[in-house]
Amino acid sequence: MRIDLLEQLLGAIRERRPVVLATRMPGGEQALLFPMERTATTPDERPWPMDAARRSLVDDRSTTVTDAAGDVFLRPYNPPVRLVIVGAVHIAAPLVGMASTAGLEVTVVDPRDAFASEERFPGRQVVRSWPEEALAELRPDHRTAVVTLTHDAKLDDPALVAALGTSAFYVGSLGSRRTHAKRLERLREQGVDAAALDRIQAPIGLDIGARTPAEIAVAILAQVVAHLRAAPES
Amino acid sequence: MNTDVDVLAAAAAWRAEGRGVALATVVRTWGSAPRESGSHMAVDESGTFCGSVSGGCVEAAVVEAAAEVIRTGDSRSLAFGVTDEMAWEVGLACGGKVSIWVERVE
Repeated sequence: MRIDLLEQLLGAIRERRPVVLATRMPGGEQALLFPMERTATTPDERPWPMDAARRSLVDDRSTTVTDAAGDVFLRPYNPPVRLVIVGAVHIAAPLVGMASTAGLEVTVVDPRDAFASEERFPGRQVVRSWPEEALAELRPDHRTAVVTLTHDAKLDDPALVAALGTSAFYVGSLGSRRTHAKRLERLREQGVDAAALDRIQAPIGLDIGARTPAEIAVAILAQVVAHLRAAPES
Repeated sequence: MNTDVDVLAAAAAWRAEGRGVALATVVRTWGSAPRESGSHMAVDESGTFCGSVSGGCVEAAVVEAAAEVIRTGDSRSLAFGVTDEMAWEVGLACGGKVSIWVERVE
């Protein structure tokens, strides 16, 4: 692989452009394909399989296709899956670390300065604004998970209303069954429909009997991954 | 330093330092292979590596092949199958098969 192609690939990934590295086998000629933008870097005159490259991005899966010139290995690089955490509370700290390790791009949202301090989340992406403003800015898509951890209706409720209005693949909310029942009642009164309310994972996380903040973070991250990987390919 | 993109970044950084570098990529798997296709591993001329192409079963053999790829510049396709548990050969204990592409970063 030429170093300039590798640098271009890393540049495209940094710019969050969905890109596919195509390699002809066994010759090794390579190109970067941008099927979502209908462009490619084309080091030779032969056409590259753009439709298959697009499919590999949608499926988020590498594949080998055979065209008139032989086999082409397609390696898609989608922008990282995002996790938006509403509430810079204790549980957020281990969740930020674990989710980052898993390759997720994490943003913590909390308008309360005392919680969302640099000291509590050194080097992390922290947005100090109200959840509905932050979510309007972050625009969750089908590769974004949103979790609310504040336990505070003033923060959690508007965040959930905003998240349910997006195609986020996962929406989870911390709180006991009782807390969640009351939350559902409030959201229903605000006009959120039943189908949307059903999307909220609560009590949040896989049921592994988690007790500490770190264990609860494990349960939440596991549930996010389960939803990500089980998602129907569209 | 654990995602495949981190591995690509390491390969680029090592090359920028003037090291000889090879990139190994899983291109196909059969059965229960531990790393899916598209997984990367970067290897430098001294055998330092990051990332993985299996559960640790074939990495040593890939490092060895990478040394030759770095020396000659000729890309290679490697195939690994099931290990015979009674022999000290390289392979996958899990019963899967993998095909790995190794190329030099020029």
